[in-house]
Amino acid sequence: MERKTAIFRREHFNAAHRLFVPGWTDEQNFEKFGKCSNPHYHGHNYDLEVKVTGVPDPLTGYVINLSDLSSIIQKNVLARFDHKNLNLDTKEFASLNPTAENIVFVIYEILRKELDDSLGLSVRLYETERNFVEYPG
Amino acid sequence: MVFLTRIEHFNAAHKLYNPSWTRDKNEEIFGACANENWHGHNYDLYVTIKGNPDPETGFVMDVKKLSNIIKARVTEKLDHKNLNEEVDFLKGQMCSTENLVVGIWNQLKTHLPENVTLHSVKLYETARIFVEYFG
Repeated sequence: MERKTAIFRREHFNAAHRLFVPGWTDEQNFEKFGKCSNPHYHGHNYDLEVKVTGVPDPLTGYVINLSDLSSIIQKNVLARFDHKNLNLDTKEFASLNPTAENIVFVIYEILRKELDDSLGLSVRLYETERNFVEYPG
Repeated sequence: MVFLTRIEHFNAAHKLYNPSWTRDKNEEIFGACANENWHGHNYDLYVTIKGNPDPETGFVMDVKKLSNIIKARVTEKLDHKNLNEEVDFLKGQMCSTENLVVGIWNQLKTHLPENVTLHSVKLYETARIFVEYFG
């Protein structure tokens, strides 16, 4: 019997961002994004949950070594985004609005390339305790 | 004497950066927090007051009124703001959590009703880092 199992790793990063559409006026941006469009930026403690799904290796019992998964997230996600201004300091959001929806998709795409094709992946991102997104939805 | 705590939240950008130092020295002392383009946090704020419950209401203080004072004096000034650039009561100060908690205390202490005393302000910068101030 195929014992498909999900394994999770939680990580954190802190970042500043601003939600805005570059072609819009400050008023239009404020109308759509409210105080999140503050031109001086604001920030969050982001909590990231990475879910990897697969069949445990019969020899090791692992779907994936959690230490390896942690290193992959650290090197490819946290090193890029932690203590950064998402709008100003990252190429990913230089021209993409850093909403939670877009951030979770970007993180998914980054991690997908790092994981074996046999493994399933889903990413959940908490912007605050009560606001979170998941991709794929 | 009963201690009453109200919890509020705000999200803000900041950086730890001493403008009288070089960029290298700021990076040496403050590490990633010195990023000139800011980073940010979800702050959790615990405001504790103390007093005796009023015999008629049973309240130390109407907690909705306490919440309104915290909102008007503190969170409306901090939420979704850049702490280094946009906050009047932090002007000219380093934006450490320590200075922020003292600033919040000063914003609140003279704006509470006479029958209660501000006991402590506790501020979480992350789930694992917090400061407390007792005046």
